[in-house]
Amino acid sequence: MEIKVLGTGCAKCDEAKALVEKIVQECGVTASVIKVSDLGEIMKLGVLSTPGIVVDNVVKCTGRLPSADEVRQWIMPA
Amino acid sequence: MAACCSPPSAPAPQGAESVNKVRYFGIGAAALALWLVAYTGIIPVAQWVTFSLLSLAPGGQLAAAVEFFVYDTAKILLLLVLLIYVLAWMRATLNIERVRDYLAGKGRAVGYLAGAGFGAVTPFCSCSSIPLFLGFTMARIPVGITMSFLITSPLVNEVAVVLLWGLLGWKFTLVYVTVGMLAGIVGGVVMDVLRAERWLQPFLLDAMREDAQRHKEGDASASATAASAAPAAMTLMQRHHFALYEMTSITRRVWLWVIVGVGLGAALHGFVPQAWFEEHLSAGQWWSVPLAVGIGIPLYTNVTGIIPIMESLLLKGLPVGTTLAFCMSTVAASLPEVLMLKQVMTWRLLTLFIGVLLVIFTLIGWFFNAAQGFIF
Repeated sequence: MEIKVLGTGCAKCDEAKALVEKIVQECGVTASVIKVSDLGEIMKLGVLSTPGIVVDNVVKCTGRLPSADEVRQWIMPA
Repeated sequence: MAACCSPPSAPAPQGAESVNKVRYFGIGAAALALWLVAYTGIIPVAQWVTFSLLSLAPGGQLAAAVEFFVYDTAKILLLLVLLIYVLAWMRATLNIERVRDYLAGKGRAVGYLAGAGFGAVTPFCSCSSIPLFLGFTMARIPVGITMSFLITSPLVNEVAVVLLWGLLGWKFTLVYVTVGMLAGIVGGVVMDVLRAERWLQPFLLDAMREDAQRHKEGDASASATAASAAPAAMTLMQRHHFALYEMTSITRRVWLWVIVGVGLGAALHGFVPQAWFEEHLSAGQWWSVPLAVGIGIPLYTNVTGIIPIMESLLLKGLPVGTTLAFCMSTVAASLPEVLMLKQVMTWRLLTLFIGVLLVIFTLIGWFFNAAQGFIF
C-alpha cells in the first residue's frame, strides 16, 4: 500500500502525515507513507486544497485533517 | 493495539444513532449555557480586574487601557470559539473541488462575483493557494476569477465578519464585506482585461497547452481535473469532528495574534492622545492614504489580529477611509504569500497584482474619507 500525503509545508500537512503514520503503525499494515510537496504531482492528482491524502493513487481526502476512524477505514480492507 | 486493528464496525443501529444525537445536543446546550454565563460576565470581570485586583485609578490612562484589554480579549476569544465552531459546522461539506467545478462552467460576469463570493465564505490554508491556483487554472477558469477568489479569501471570512459585527456594529461590517468583495471583483476584472494570463510561469502555460491538446485528442483520462474526492454528505459526528478541529486549530493559531492586537489597541486606546491622529493623519492630507496602503501591503497579519487595531484607530479618530485602506492592505497581501505566488506567477504578474491592490485600496481609502460624513 502506498500512501501519499500531499502538502506544501504548513502545520496541517505535517499533522496529517503524523496521523497517517500513527494509524499505519498501530494497525500494523505494511504501507509506505510519503510526503509529496512537488506541485506538479499535486496538480496531476487534481488536488486543490492541502493537506491531501492519497491511498494507492486514489484521492481520499482533501483540504482537511481526517479523523482517525476515516484513516483506519481507508487502510483496512472492508 | 487489538482494539484499533479490528476494522471499524458496521454503522451503528438506528437506536444508537438517536442516543448519540441526544447526547450531542445535550452536551451542546450545556456548553452554550456555560458560554453565555461567561459572556455576560466579561464587563464585571474586566472592571474587577482593573479596579479591585490592580487597584488602578479610575479615569486614568492605564486603567482605560487595562480595562479595554481585559474586556476585548475575553470578548473576542469567546466569540471566536463559539462562532468558528458553528460556522465550520455549517460549511463542512463545502470543499474547494466543488467551488472549482461550479466556477469552471460559468461565464465572466457571474464568474467574478461567484469567485469573490466563494472566497468570502471558504477559508483555506494559505499553503493551499498554489494547488488551488493551479487547479483552477487547469480547469480553464480565467486567471482573473481565480484572483477574485484569492483576493477576497483572506480579507473576508466568518471570523472577521463576526468580530467586526461584535466590535464595530453591523453598518461597518456591511461596508467592510462589500468593499472586500468589490476589491476582489475589480481586481479580477482588471487582471483579465490586461490579459494577465500571459505572465503566468512558463511551466503552467505549457501544462495548460498540453492539457488542452489532450482534451482535443479526446483523451479524457489525462485531464488534470479529478473529480471531487469525498462524497458531499456528512454525518452529524463527522460535522462535529470537523467543526471541533477547525475551532481548536484556528483558535490555537490565532489567540496570540488576538492578544497582541488587543494589547496594541489597548495601548492606543489608553495612551495615544486623540489629537495626535487628527494632527498627523486627518482626512485632509491626501497622501496619507497611499502611504497607509504602502505600509500595509508588506506587513503581514491575520485578519483577526487587525480588527482590534482597526477598532482602536477608528476610536482615536483616524478617518474611516485611511483605516480601511491600511487594514485591508495589511491582510490582502503579505510577503509570505507573495513568495508562494512567485511559483506560479512571473515577477511581472506579481507586480501587477500588488499594483492593482495598491490602487484599489487607495481609491477605497479616498472614497470613504470623502464620504465619511454621509455614511456614518
